[in-house]
Amino acid sequence: MTPADYAFYAFGGVAVAAGLLMTLARNPVHSVLWLILAFFSSAGLFVLLGAEFVAMLLVIVYVGAVAVLFLFVVMMLDVDFAALKGEMARAMPLALLVGTVLLLQLGMAIGVWQTAEGVVMRDAPLPQADNARALGLVLYDRYIYAFQASGLILLVAMIGAIALTLRHRAGVKRQDALAQMWRDPAKAMELKDVKPGQGL
Amino acid sequence: MSLTGARLRAAEEIELDALLREYLPILILLGLAVGLGLILMLSAVVIAVRNPDPEKVSAYECGFNAFDDARMKFDVRFYLVSILFIIFDLEVAFLFPWAVAFADISATAFWSMMAFLVVLTVGFAYEWRKGALEWE
Repeated sequence: MTPADYAFYAFGGVAVAAGLLMTLARNPVHSVLWLILAFFSSAGLFVLLGAEFVAMLLVIVYVGAVAVLFLFVVMMLDVDFAALKGEMARAMPLALLVGTVLLLQLGMAIGVWQTAEGVVMRDAPLPQADNARALGLVLYDRYIYAFQASGLILLVAMIGAIALTLRHRAGVKRQDALAQMWRDPAKAMELKDVKPGQGL
Repeated sequence: MSLTGARLRAAEEIELDALLREYLPILILLGLAVGLGLILMLSAVVIAVRNPDPEKVSAYECGFNAFDDARMKFDVRFYLVSILFIIFDLEVAFLFPWAVAFADISATAFWSMMAFLVVLTVGFAYEWRKGALEWE
């Protein structure tokens, strides 16, 4: 076994264990932390495959943004998790059915998988191009439709998030820097000549 | 597999080995970090004196009893900010390979990125006009 093999088994083992602990953890916050560990070890597996860019993307996007959002939701959301756990027994048969069907489908798909003759699996346009470069050479023209579709999906997500969650509150006092700068002393204050011994 | 295929495959193996060798220090660092973390936590379990009582392990909140749980209703605006952050995070992730391969990409690739940026700028203008970036 080479060091790469050891690293593969370590990362793979940690990923599987973390995934298992994620589903088994009683506290949902701990579940999310296990999920983050699973993301990290999958990033390690990607590095072992030579896909550095995908690995770093996994760390930036999934660990840096998605998992933090999850953590944020489960830590702060006002949900009684004990009551949710109580309903688990009721949903269990359906969950088992769905899980079994998914497992069978995966088994069927992987069982009959075969690579065509003479195909080199890692197909980069330039053999010596490094990762991000190899991706950049094909992503924007050969896969232009998928790329543009992802841009549109991001746009839809942005507009959807704004339409669903943005509510302006009435009567909020804000600082308006321009209004402050345009304030005219002549209109804002008045000089009074007060005689001694008299009030205004 | 054909002969050229096999030769390409072997060349790729060598290349992958060189790549992984660059990552070896990170792997060693990772191992040391995990090992040190485990040593510190396990030694606390083994060595430290533990003598808990109900007062000692109860939550301490500035001298008075805790009012309620940490979970509560809070402003949905926080989600909006993090979702918008994720979207622009992804935009930057798409920009990265384009910038790295910039010297060799075709005109189509250049303009397709421009179209992508225009689409997201439309979204950006929309959220700016709607006031989603303002905190009130």
